[in-house]
Amino acid sequence: MMSLPIYVQGAWFAGAALFIFGLKGMSSPASARKGIVIAGYGMLIAIAGTFLVPGLKNLALMVAALGLGGAAAWISGQKVKMTDMPQMVAIYNGMGGGAAAAIAAIEFAKGDAHSTVTTILAVVGALIGAVSFTGSCVAWAKLQGVLKKAHRLPAQNVVNVLLALVAIGFGAAMVVLAPAQPELIYGFFIVALVLGLIVTLPIGGADMPVVISLFNAFTGLAVGFEGYVLGNPALIIAGIVVGAAGTLLTQLMAKAMNRPLSNILFTPMVASGPGEAISGSMKEVGALDAAAMMRYASKVIIVPGYGMAVAHAQHKVWEMTSILEEAGVEVKFAIHPVAGRMPGHMNVLLAEAGVPYDKIFDLEEINGEFGQADVALVIGANDVVNPSARTDKASPIYGMPILDADKAQNVIVIKRGKGTGYSGVENALFYTDNCRMLYGDAQPMAGEIIQHLKAMG
Amino acid sequence: MDGLLALYIFMLAAFTGYEIIAKVPVILHTPLMSGSNFVHGVVVVGAMLMLGTAETVVQQAIGFFAVALGAANAAGGYVVTERMLAMFKKKEGA
Repeated sequence: MMSLPIYVQGAWFAGAALFIFGLKGMSSPASARKGIVIAGYGMLIAIAGTFLVPGLKNLALMVAALGLGGAAAWISGQKVKMTDMPQMVAIYNGMGGGAAAAIAAIEFAKGDAHSTVTTILAVVGALIGAVSFTGSCVAWAKLQGVLKKAHRLPAQNVVNVLLALVAIGFGAAMVVLAPAQPELIYGFFIVALVLGLIVTLPIGGADMPVVISLFNAFTGLAVGFEGYVLGNPALIIAGIVVGAAGTLLTQLMAKAMNRPLSNILFTPMVASGPGEAISGSMKEVGALDAAAMMRYASKVIIVPGYGMAVAHAQHKVWEMTSILEEAGVEVKFAIHPVAGRMPGHMNVLLAEAGVPYDKIFDLEEINGEFGQADVALVIGANDVVNPSARTDKASPIYGMPILDADKAQNVIVIKRGKGTGYSGVENALFYTDNCRMLYGDAQPMAGEIIQHLKAMG
Repeated sequence: MDGLLALYIFMLAAFTGYEIIAKVPVILHTPLMSGSNFVHGVVVVGAMLMLGTAETVVQQAIGFFAVALGAANAAGGYVVTERMLAMFKKKEGA
């Protein structure tokens, strides 16, 4: 590898440096846009430099593949709605994992002699790349609504462990019997791909963001390991940086949900007991009363959830906020770490509607303020305001940090129907004395409230 | 590549990745996950090297598949990240 021309080496070096520089830029809101552009230049330079590697064959095929994959993803990425962003990240990530696994497949097919360490890393990279590929496809299908239900096999965990052991067994055979026979290579990849499917299928939609983040880290590691096999430091650096960053991000998300990673992967979200009986009844309220309650409040905290995003109500909600503020009401937004489908997803959606930063608050920042709020307006959020998480030990979401919306003087919940949230858990908040339900789609409901507010002047 | 040298690269890269994420505000988690997703799209370079040295038809086919997937990872990752971050920028001026 060291015999490559200096301009090729230089291009890869520049690519790796720009990736790190770009990611660093993305860690602060002010420089984030510049960061992705810098990383983008890094990618272009690295790809251009690769074309200059002497003796490369199949150049026409290469250009065709780059054009095909690049154009398809570019167009789909431009079209996708902000609400559907998580599943797009999942599918692009899966493709990267698939590419890493395919690199290993060709390396095995060539059957060149390698050191044992190189073969082990090639096998490990291929395994996690393949799992990330099929697993991410399942994650995409679930969030996109193609796959509706969580498919849980009988004795799922046993099947998972057995399948993982078989995959590891195949991998070990690949190392011991290197160069492996084609039958062994096929067997290894089939088992690895099936493993990704089977492990991901039973995981519920609510846990999916964490899983996507985990697969993102997986793909990074796979790319890093295959980079070692290829002797390419740019791949190693980019892959391992993402692997480490992705692992930490996954832990942060799991912590925000109070669901250890092992639970997400191996335990379905079900109640561990009958749960505390919920007393009281749900009380309905109309848009006029809701508008009046907020108009004559001094402080309103809005708790947006994924339901608001699905209804595309964020623009209306921001318009309503502006009217309230003009009337002298203090309005703040409270964002739960897992509101939306990924941490920060809700912030992106509110940013799209033009809500400024300084009105948006994290759980820790705002939880103390609910006590002074006259109205907490919950829009399309459910589990993240369920007080059972604080009190009911039998509840599957027990221990998850929640927004203390129930501590506000009055709670108004805009909700489409009486059903439970994404986790399938009954919400005790809806039955409390100070809570009123405003049934309907978030967008028309916000519109009605705006009409009433305008009429009040 | 020298195995020990690669080990040092692994270690330093892991620390770098950890440090970059550790100080990021929650509001940037989604764009950053998407951005790091873009960065591992550099796998396309490895895929190009494999396709460029593929000999049999099967190797060419897998190589083509790998380059297309890697290119999609890079292009898609870039577009969605850029779109998300562009909104943050617009708002700052507002």
